[in-house]
Order: sequence, then C-alpha cells, then structure tokens
Amino acid sequence: MRHLTLLRILVVVAAVLVIEGLCRIGVIGRFTMQPPSEIIRDLYRVLASGKFNAAIASTLMNSAVAFVLSVTVGISLAAAIHRRRIVREALDPLFATYYAIPVLAFYPLLIMLLGVGDAPKIMIAFMLGVIAVIVNTLNGLDRVPKVLVKTARVLQMSPVETAVRVTLPFATPYMLTGIKFAVAYSLIGIIGSEFILSSNGIGFEISFSYNNYNNSVMYPLILLVLIIAIALNILLSYWEKIILSRRGLA
Amino acid sequence: MNVAVPVQKTTDVLIRGVTKVFRRSPAEGDVHALGPIDLELRAGEFFAVVGPSGCGKSSLLEIIAGISEPTEGEVLFEGKPIRGRVPEGIGVVFQEDACFPWMDVSANIAMGLRNMPIGSAEREQRVKGALEMMGLTEFRGSYPTQLSGGMRQRVCIARTMVMAPRLILLDEPFGALDQQTRLLMGEEMLKLWRRVGTTIFLITHALDEAAMLADRIGVMSARPGRLLDIIETGWPVERTSEVVTRPEFGQITARLWKGLREESLKAIRDDRAAP
Amino acid sequence: MNIWLRWRGAVILITSLLIVWQALYWFVGDIALRSPLQTFRFTSGFISSQRYWPDFYETFIACTLAVLIATSVGLATGLVLGFARIAGQVFEPMLVAIYSIPKLTLYPILLLVFGLGMSAKVAFGAIHGIIPIALFTINAVRNIRPVLIKTGRVLKYSPAQMAWRILIPAALPEIVTGLRIGFSLTLVGTLLGEMFASQRGLGNLLMRAIGLHNVDLIMTIALVVTVVAAVGSSLLLAVDRRLHART
Repeated sequence: MRHLTLLRILVVVAAVLVIEGLCRIGVIGRFTMQPPSEIIRDLYRVLASGKFNAAIASTLMNSAVAFVLSVTVGISLAAAIHRRRIVREALDPLFATYYAIPVLAFYPLLIMLLGVGDAPKIMIAFMLGVIAVIVNTLNGLDRVPKVLVKTARVLQMSPVETAVRVTLPFATPYMLTGIKFAVAYSLIGIIGSEFILSSNGIGFEISFSYNNYNNSVMYPLILLVLIIAIALNILLSYWEKIILSRRGLA
Repeated sequence: MNVAVPVQKTTDVLIRGVTKVFRRSPAEGDVHALGPIDLELRAGEFFAVVGPSGCGKSSLLEIIAGISEPTEGEVLFEGKPIRGRVPEGIGVVFQEDACFPWMDVSANIAMGLRNMPIGSAEREQRVKGALEMMGLTEFRGSYPTQLSGGMRQRVCIARTMVMAPRLILLDEPFGALDQQTRLLMGEEMLKLWRRVGTTIFLITHALDEAAMLADRIGVMSARPGRLLDIIETGWPVERTSEVVTRPEFGQITARLWKGLREESLKAIRDDRAAP
Repeated sequence: MNIWLRWRGAVILITSLLIVWQALYWFVGDIALRSPLQTFRFTSGFISSQRYWPDFYETFIACTLAVLIATSVGLATGLVLGFARIAGQVFEPMLVAIYSIPKLTLYPILLLVFGLGMSAKVAFGAIHGIIPIALFTINAVRNIRPVLIKTGRVLKYSPAQMAWRILIPAALPEIVTGLRIGFSLTLVGTLLGEMFASQRGLGNLLMRAIGLHNVDLIMTIALVVTVVAAVGSSLLLAVDRRLHART
C-alpha cells in the first residue's frame, strides 16, 4: 500500500514538473498561466494578505451548512421511504435521471424566489447533494441480508432496536459513499452558484479575477479549491477504509 | 385437519394443521408451499427433517420459530400458541452467515443476552462459557470476516447457546460447510445437546447427517410439503459419529432414500426459484 | 406485466411534480414563475418559431462533440487502467480525488487555453463525463469473473475471440452504466459551459433571459433542457436495465 502511495506522489510531482518546464520554456504563455512555482508563491501571498479570508470563510460555511442539511435530510428521507414500495417506484425514475438535469440552471429561479444571499446557494447545493445521499442510503438499506433481520427478531429486538443496532451499522459503508458525494456536491453547488451570480465567496472571486485578467489571484484561488476538495476526499476515503477493513472488505 | 390431540406433558412443541400459502397475482398463481402438517416434538428430543429442495422445510422452521405466520393451523410451544413473535426460550441458527460483521466474536455472542435481566458479571460469565463450549476462546477478539465459514457458524451457535434456549431450531446450519467439517460439527451438536438437554429441531438435506444425529426423522414430500413418514432411529443418547458403522445406519439411510427419491425427482422437474 | 404497472411510477411522479409546480406558482406569483400551462404554451411557440433554431443547433453540436470526446477518452482510459493492474491501482484513487473538484473552478483555465467559443465549452462538457466513464469501465473490467476467462482458455479461444465473445459481453453492462451517467453529466457540463462563455446556444440564451428578467423564457429553457435530459437519460437507463437483467 505504501508502495502505491509513493508511486502516486511521484506521478503528481512529475506532472507538476512537466507543467513547470512547459511554462518556463514558453510553450504555456504567461497570459494563459504562470508557472506552478509562482502559483504556489501567489497562494501564500493571497492567504497572508487576508483579503480573501471573508470569501473563503463564506464559501466554506455555506458548504458546511448545505452538507449537514443534505446528510440529515437525505438519511431521514431514505429511512422513511425505504419500505414504501409505491413511493419508491414513483421516485425511482427521478433518482435515475436526476443528475442529468442541470440543477445549477435553476439557480436564477431560486434567486427570484428567495432573494439574493446565501439561501439560494445553499438550496442548490442541498438539491445536488441530498439525492446522492438518499440513493446510496437506500442502496445500503436494501442490502441488509434478510438473515440478519431474522436474527434480530430471534434475539427479541423491537423494530426500532433492529433499525438502530442492525440495519444502521450494516448500511454505514454505503451511507458513507453518499456522504462523500454530499461533500463534493456541497462545494460544487456553492462555488458554482457563486460563479453564476453572487457578490461574495471564492467562486465570485475567481470569476472576478478572471474577468480582470488577474492570474496572480485567480490561479492561487483555483489551487486552493483543488486542495480543499482533494483533502476532504482523502480524509473521507481514509475513514471509509478503516470502517471497511474492520469488516474485511478493504 | 382439526383432530383434538391430547397434549402430553412431555410434548414441547405441537404443530397442528399448519399450512403456508404465498399469495401471488392471479396470473402467477398462489404458491402452496407447505402443509397441512401435524407434528409433535417431545421435550428433549433431537428431531431432524429431510426433504427435497423447495418442499417448505425452511418455511416450517420459520413458522415454528414465530418469524412467519402460518396461513392455517397453529403452533404451540410449551402449551402456549405462538403468535407472530419469537417466544422467549427459542433459539435459531440459520444456514446463511448471520454474524454481525461490525462486531467482534464476543460482542456477537453477547448480543444473545441483550434482553435478559442479568447483571454484567453474569453476562461475562455466560459469554465465556459459550466461547469455551464452542472452542472460540482464543478468537474472542476477532472479527467474523477473519474467520472461516465453520467458525462463523460456531459463533452463531454460541450466540444461540448463551441464551440457554429450551428449543433450538437449526435450518441447514452446516449446509455451506465441507463434508469433514460437517461431520465434526455434527458431533459437537450432539455433545451440546447432551450437556444442555434442550429439544433440537434440525433441517438438513444430508440423509447421513439426519440418520447420524437424530432420535426421529421426518420425511417431507415435494411441494406442497407434507410429512410422509417419521422414522425412529433408536440410537442411545451417548452416540457419536461411530454410529455410521452400525448396520442399522445403512438401513435407516436406505429407508430415507426410498421415501425421498420419488419426491426429489418431482422437485427437480418442478424446479423454480423459491418464493 | 401490464402497461399500467410498468409506467405507474413515472406517471405518479410526473403528476406530482406538475401539482407541486402549480402550487408553487399560486404561492409565488408572476414575479418569479409561470404556471405549467403558461410554460407549455410558451414552449410550443418557442420551438416552432425559427428564431431560436440556431441556438438549438449550436447546443446540439457542442453536446455531441463533448459526448464523443468524453466517451472515447473515458473508455480508452478505463480499459487501459482496467487491464493494467498496477497502473489501475495507482491512478484510480487519483481519478476519484480529481472527480471531487468543483469543475466550474477549472473553467477559467479552459477559457484561457481555448479562448471563448466552441472548443472551450466542448472541453468543459467533456471533462464532466470522462472520469465517471473511466471509473465505471475500470470496474467493469476488474469485475469480469475469472471463471469466464478460464472457460475461454479451456475452449482455446484466440485473443480476438476472447475479447469478442467473453470480455466485451461480460464487461458491457457496467460500461453502459458508466456511459449513461457520463452522457448525462457531459450534457449538463456543456450547458453550463454555454452559460458562461459563449455567444450562442441555449445556455447563453438562458443567461440573457436572466439578465432581462424574462421569466417566460427562463422557464421554457429550463423545461426544454430538463425534458431532453430526462428523456435521453431514461432511454439509456432502459438499455442499462435490459443489459443488467441478463447477468
């Protein structure tokens, strides 16, 4: 396992070095992008200046709110509809085609409904994430082997106890998949909305600096978003691995 | 069938006129899985049921356990009817792996004691006892996925034994194991049975297993399952797998097969996935 | 199974959505929404009037190109990484990590590289679909049951026969799932790209409508896009399910 991580790090480093080289030679013009080493330097400057701290905080806060909403509402809804066949039959086509619909296109509509501010952004991010949580939670609940449920009855467990002590632990790895999606979608929803129409947030700042040909702000901010997204993803994957290895599944 | 059967004091389980019908759409037709079945289990006996696949053996076991309800008829356990819930004092071991994969072995076993009003000291005692009984002491901290299939079944059996049940239902518990392991597990079941003195109801498709382990063997027909015959083996309580060498063993197995062969052919012709 | 049972779910869903939509309209009013009926009327006018056909065409071309690129690159990557064990193990988690990046943040980079216009939005659309297609393909290849390959060897299949008779049919269901998901995501991505840096196309039209607060047009475009996406996705889903039912 260590072996592989090392290889991955090497690949990333090699890619960055190649890009650095291409920038220095001039194959990638300065107007398009400055060399990676300078991007990192600019990132340091951007963070140190504190000018963008409010934007960063706002984006992260909104993403966190959207995330918590997606997960709590998603899991509750999934648990509620899990056994209701007709409801699930009706919602099934929705779940299957949902991510084909450009939810971000509804953002302007939401602004008209909810006003300019954080609410429509959170709503969009929530709408993106909640379905992934529901679908994956339902998947996990469906996969609980009947024999475990029968065993719970033999052990005299009430329905509530069965749900909490048998169904929930069993479905946890699957719910985690949904949660990982919710993290990604929360960021995507908030930042995407900020791109389209907003007066604050990282998305807005990136869009603003793009329109003003300000690469020394734009690229560092993009890099920052990359780092946050990848870091969260790695953390969650690590946690997931621990849970799965306990069950001998990883 | 509603014949009044006198309930003897030594009768542990009474099954009267039980049938099970799975209702389907008119196009598919109802599945008449089982019955009618009339059977008495004597307290403390080892009773085995053999029959072709799909004959409703598992349905019968689940009805006795209280996990599913009969379409007609009733089941009495220790004189009281079983209605839709699993009565206290009944333990069940299933064919599939029923260990909770997120708990280690001792936590799994302790799950059997959840609902019992006993203190933590006694709880620990009983879990230790069950671990010893099933030879799992050194694995108490392992997780099910780290164990072989046979060991996992032992964990499930230990979880059942720790409740000190008066009736143990086993639904092809050794079905997923290889032949050698099955014979050894069979011997262990006999030892357990002698030690604890419970009534045991075992479903198996292996004729030699039934013939070796049971006091009485019920032969079921193809679907809809009915009891064709009940064979008394007459083995002494102190039996081991050594009984397979006795001439009676061959006679019993032959008699079982004679009854079953025709039914098994019917079941193969009629072979569909179970409802 | 009779017709009603098969379509029951979809019918209930669409009816419920229409009811919710109408209720929202009564609640919110003309300032921000239009009723289903008004939107349908406007949409039929919108589609029949030739004024917007160039935009439709532009979006159609962009989507087609993006889907073609996403499919070919995604499939190729997935097949290579699926069959080459070590490369697959190294790169797959990296693909998963990259997938979690909000792609909209990468759009300015694409714009700087490709300039405004068709190439940028096609590229943007493509990057939405490449990774899911690749990931699903890797999975499909990895999950080909070894016993099937052993059977092929026993039957003395040549590599070509092995690929055609065993590998492709075995991996196909999962690959099609990936293609279905990648297709939908690519369409969404292309539309999103159009919203930002394009002078033509439905996405651009939507942004203009937003700027002019033309609620009718906004609702119509949203409806058209949703319906096209949903129908396309459902068709692919039917194919997907048919393939999976066999396995």
